[in-house]
Amino acid sequence: MALQTEPFILNVGPQHPSTHGVFRMKVTLDGEVVVDVEPVIGYLHRGIEKMGENRTYTQIIPLTDRLDYLASLTNNLAYVLAVEKLAGIKIPERAEYLRIIMAESMRISSHLMAVGFFLNDLGAMMTPVLYMWREREKLLDLFEMVCGQRLTYNYMRIGGVSHDIPEEFLPAMKKFVTEMPGFLDEYDQLIASNEIVLVRTKGVGVLPKETAIDIGASGPVLRASGVKWDTRKADPYSIYDRFDFDIPIGAAGDNYDRYWVRMQEMRQSLRILEQAMAQLPKGEVIADVPQLLRPPVGEAYGHIEAPKGELGFYLVSDNSIAPYRFHIHPPTLINLTALKDMVVGWKIADLIVTFGSIDVVLGEIDR
Amino acid sequence: MKFERYGIGIAKGMALTFKHLFRPPITVQYPEQKLSVSRRIRGNELVWYLDRCTGCATCARACPQGNIEIVTHVGSENNYVVDKFEVDCGRCMFCGLCVEACPYNALAMGRGYERSQYRRSDVILSKEQLQLSDVRQPSGYARPLIEAGLPKQNLLVNWNLKEGGQKLNWLGLSKKRGRGV
Amino acid sequence: MTLLQNFRLFLDGMNWPDWAAYLVAGLVGIIVVLAFVLVLVIVFIWFERRLLGRFQIRLGPNRLGPEGIFQPLATAAKILMKEDIVPAKADKIIHWLAPVIVFVPVLLIFAVVPISQGAILSDLNVGIVYVVAVSAVSAIGIYSAGWASNNKYALIAAFRTVAQMVSYEFPLVLAIIGVVLMAGSLSMTEIVESQTIPYIILQPLGFVIFFLCTIAEMNRSPFDLLEADSEIVAGYHIEYSGMKFAMFYLGEYGHALAYACIVTTLFLSGWKGPFLPPILWFIIKVFLVFGTIVWMRATLPRLRVDQLMGFAWKGLLPMAIINLFIVAAEVLWLPEINLWILVVVNIAAAGILVLLWSRLFTLGGGRVEV
Repeated sequence: MALQTEPFILNVGPQHPSTHGVFRMKVTLDGEVVVDVEPVIGYLHRGIEKMGENRTYTQIIPLTDRLDYLASLTNNLAYVLAVEKLAGIKIPERAEYLRIIMAESMRISSHLMAVGFFLNDLGAMMTPVLYMWREREKLLDLFEMVCGQRLTYNYMRIGGVSHDIPEEFLPAMKKFVTEMPGFLDEYDQLIASNEIVLVRTKGVGVLPKETAIDIGASGPVLRASGVKWDTRKADPYSIYDRFDFDIPIGAAGDNYDRYWVRMQEMRQSLRILEQAMAQLPKGEVIADVPQLLRPPVGEAYGHIEAPKGELGFYLVSDNSIAPYRFHIHPPTLINLTALKDMVVGWKIADLIVTFGSIDVVLGEIDR
Repeated sequence: MKFERYGIGIAKGMALTFKHLFRPPITVQYPEQKLSVSRRIRGNELVWYLDRCTGCATCARACPQGNIEIVTHVGSENNYVVDKFEVDCGRCMFCGLCVEACPYNALAMGRGYERSQYRRSDVILSKEQLQLSDVRQPSGYARPLIEAGLPKQNLLVNWNLKEGGQKLNWLGLSKKRGRGV
Repeated sequence: MTLLQNFRLFLDGMNWPDWAAYLVAGLVGIIVVLAFVLVLVIVFIWFERRLLGRFQIRLGPNRLGPEGIFQPLATAAKILMKEDIVPAKADKIIHWLAPVIVFVPVLLIFAVVPISQGAILSDLNVGIVYVVAVSAVSAIGIYSAGWASNNKYALIAAFRTVAQMVSYEFPLVLAIIGVVLMAGSLSMTEIVESQTIPYIILQPLGFVIFFLCTIAEMNRSPFDLLEADSEIVAGYHIEYSGMKFAMFYLGEYGHALAYACIVTTLFLSGWKGPFLPPILWFIIKVFLVFGTIVWMRATLPRLRVDQLMGFAWKGLLPMAIINLFIVAAEVLWLPEINLWILVVVNIAAAGILVLLWSRLFTLGGGRVEV
């Protein structure tokens, strides 16, 4: 005689310790097994795209800080690349190198945070978070030295960057780059060979290669599924073609691979940083751009490899001081559409961990 | 990717945690100890120089939010006299675009970051409150002359005291208990 | 003769009536035990928060009182001042009764813990069986708390409770039987007296199994699914506030203290030790055991519920049975042999069993299970 069961709906609501932001999921559970997931977004919608239509091109830069607030510099970079493509501005060499240094440090900081909170979702009670934040604090100090803030930097400008680096930046950055691989090895010792982490994450939340390409995923989620695609190599922007670095690829597309790809990307970012600091030329840091820029009529799409994926800005200009249309392509929203495929059939504990491994930031999804 | 068996992976992780018992804690006990801020910090305030401002309102035009309100009248020497210069510091996001835009260096970011008030209307600062004073010091953001005169920041990446790093106490027994200094 | 029995004889000698001596001796014993428990629970709360902070390279609470020793009292005062909310559709009687069912068995365990030489409230000759029986009652309390809250998160925790608590009782009891066979008696004082070499060295496998099972019974990392903060948001005590929540909180630390005392008594030779007074040795050992438990909490993530059950049934239970056979064989056929030879044999057997089990089974991470 079979036991009659019935599934019930659990609301993993907007206020939850583990949804990274205000994100709601309606989960249908059969005992402990997830049968259906329906995400509900929009709790952090601020209307940034509409606000962009009423501000000049320079005034939009602080707005873009607040999209993915954990990786603000790469947001700024994507936006000014789009504007420079639209207006046809060429920027000086020193500014290019400074942008790369800042973007790669930002990638390290964002990945530290992502991996730390992934482990917190697994249950390791904030210990890995605090160890990784110790390194992130050093990076935030360096950013504060250059542009004055720790979270919303507002550093990139149309035509270059806003300030030159002070003289104590380079020795401090060199010290950080030499110390960091030792700390990364320590994190591997804590996590990568821990049996409990392996048992919880290997084979769980698999995203097959074809599905990843079909839904348009990007970033570490795509690379962990085995697709060799990185915007820095496939469509090089800025001066990335002058640097020598690898792209780590995962094999199976499960949670462990996403974590592993992020750890390897941090090591590759350290390589790029060393090379960029060695090749840094002298010169100005900003090109001669009018204060109220009026680009010619047209459209442009500027995209970069942000830490979370491919971040793109689409601008349509009608020769006035403000854009006619300002649209943002957020990587995490597209990656999030794969959540249902990854999670159905696993247990509720796996749902939280898989969601954490996609590494969402709600500011980007809801804009 | 090296996998361990037989519980050795767990033992290695626990050995690392045990090693951390012997590293000094990195807590800075606010408000008795504070981290030093950088020379270019965009703190939670603006500093306005009365004598340099000509009332051109370039800063008001540069602000993404429209926080600055300037009212002037034409004075005796054919210049603008500023009657009202109000900044809504509650809406301000301290992006620094106004400071970069000012052509006369009359506006600077501040160095303080403890400027909360009990009422929202107290945060809208008038021109008397915004001026340079003992409690309102300018920072070096976009002002290289001011930046040259400020002390360098103690960086966390230089943990070592001899290289000018932050002083962190072992076990941090706070001598002055109580709220604030 | 325990200290209490001596005290009662003394009172009889002073010509007190029989019932008065019995009552006063009993009350004095109960008050001493309760004071010991409550003070140590509060010290444990402080100790855990500071130690967890040091593992995470930060300071723990250090504002209230020197080095923060009044922090648990402040926590208790804060919890007492909170409003007691009962959900509208909850089962009111069970909602009120559940914290009591969880907390009282913890206090009952301390009746048979030998704190020092002869300092035990009642020297039952079935001491360890009493402990196992009483500590299993808390599981009912946790399950009824989960059911009576009328909340789906609490219900999930309730499912997991039943599974976890029941699965981990078996290896626990089998490991205890190993110790009992070697000691030759069920009484707690006898077990401590018979440990010339502490049983942690004589039966390493038994110690490991027992330690892991007690951590699972206590719902602490890595087995703390019942109150998994990141998944089901506080699990079974999600709808409790005020004094009822304080009962759960104290009950959790009380459990930790109780099981640390049991581990010390069974495997670490209780109050025995050179130079220092016995009660000091007991407290040092209890703190060492608790420190190890906090160390595991700081490092390890948590297991999923089916992996947890697989670990108990496929891993710990067979090893416990084989351990029992080995110990029984040694006690039956080699009773007069030098104990150090047995130490070597047992450590070798433990090593072989652990290696064998790690190779034989995996904890199922690659299948879709329904």
